[in-house]
Amino acid sequence: MAEKPFKVKIVSPERLFFQGDAEKVEFNTTEGEIGIYARHIPMTVLIAPGLLTLYTEEGEKKAALHSGFAEILPSTVTVLAEVVEWADEIDADRAQAAVERARERIRKAAEETDLDRAEIALHRALARLKTIKK
Amino acid sequence: MASMRDIKRRRQSIQSTQQIAKAMKLVATVKLQRARQRVERSQLYFQSLHATITSIFEKMEDIEHKYMSPREDGKKAVIVISSNRGLAGGYNSNVVRLITRGVMKKDSLDIYAVGKKGRDALKNLYNLKQDYSGCIEDPTYADAMCISKDVLDAYRDGEVSEIHIAYTAFINTIVHEPMTVKLLPFDSEEHRERMELSKRRRKEADTKEEVIPEEFDCPSMNFEPEAQQALDILIPNYITCLIYSGMLEAVASENGARMTAMDSAANNAEDMIEDLSLLYNRARQASITQELTEIIGGANAIS
Repeated sequence: MAEKPFKVKIVSPERLFFQGDAEKVEFNTTEGEIGIYARHIPMTVLIAPGLLTLYTEEGEKKAALHSGFAEILPSTVTVLAEVVEWADEIDADRAQAAVERARERIRKAAEETDLDRAEIALHRALARLKTIKK
Repeated sequence: MASMRDIKRRRQSIQSTQQIAKAMKLVATVKLQRARQRVERSQLYFQSLHATITSIFEKMEDIEHKYMSPREDGKKAVIVISSNRGLAGGYNSNVVRLITRGVMKKDSLDIYAVGKKGRDALKNLYNLKQDYSGCIEDPTYADAMCISKDVLDAYRDGEVSEIHIAYTAFINTIVHEPMTVKLLPFDSEEHRERMELSKRRRKEADTKEEVIPEEFDCPSMNFEPEAQQALDILIPNYITCLIYSGMLEAVASENGARMTAMDSAANNAEDMIEDLSLLYNRARQASITQELTEIIGGANAIS
């Protein structure tokens, strides 16, 4: 059964990333992965690095979403993304290199290494890879 | 009276300066348009973010947060946004003057400079902490994140007790206003007032229709995680956004200021060329008359 579409707007500081209708949106939040259909209860969530999937009439659209937050209302979802990119904008080699670099940093963690930062970098790179894989 | 050749040379040199001024004006115009578009594109994000933060504050009754409680006497961090290049009229000196004429004490300021001109003017007077001059040419959000991380680290470590940003607000092509904004400790009332003020001012100055954010107010908004935790992330996010939009507006103002400055430079050159042309022609006629008189005088002497 086709779900009722609702309005989705994804805004980043540098551009209006996406605006249109979708039947379902999935992304990662600090509390875990969520999927949103129309008539969701109003909620504000914080975004964790991960894959964003839009289910629209034209099919699935994938993007890597790194940080920001989302405002969910029954008829609209607004994602305020600090960093967001479409699958075809991602450089696979660079993302792969970033994963290895971050892993290396975490493994060899010295006293002065900023572990949090390395971990965030790893998550970002993994999110990018995940976005282009499928 | 200056000789004909001197006048001619002078006029030619002014002419080439005028050409440079005209070219710079054209370049500034194009850059201004691009910068304006970027400002407009960032507005939507900025306004939505502002609306969210405001709605959180409305929901929470008494808020106590590490970014909001004022701290007594400590150093202040000021992010000073100027440009890397000169020839923009009073653009850079106006921003610098905000700091030097300000009430803040000399030894209690840490300068985070964005833009070489501001950095060079302030580095001998104040403590220059960081320099991000490279990124003002083409500010990206990642640059703003980098700056906000540095200042927030300094704030959390107790190095500074307040964070300000000094930049030139872009109101329209001709009107730019240098101003300082307090970023931390966060004061929601102050920010709301400023937001409304800037909106109103822009409306007055610009007849163009502006982007009106959709209504976000919803009585039963839930927060996941709790609002308190959300603020931990939202406030730095908001500050990054303020820095980013400050940089974008500063770039737009810089090019606007350069455009006006170069326009009046080209006009002044035009005036000078006119005056010199008059002088030149006068000198030319004088020399012709003189030659004629000499020839006639010589002919008379012979006969």
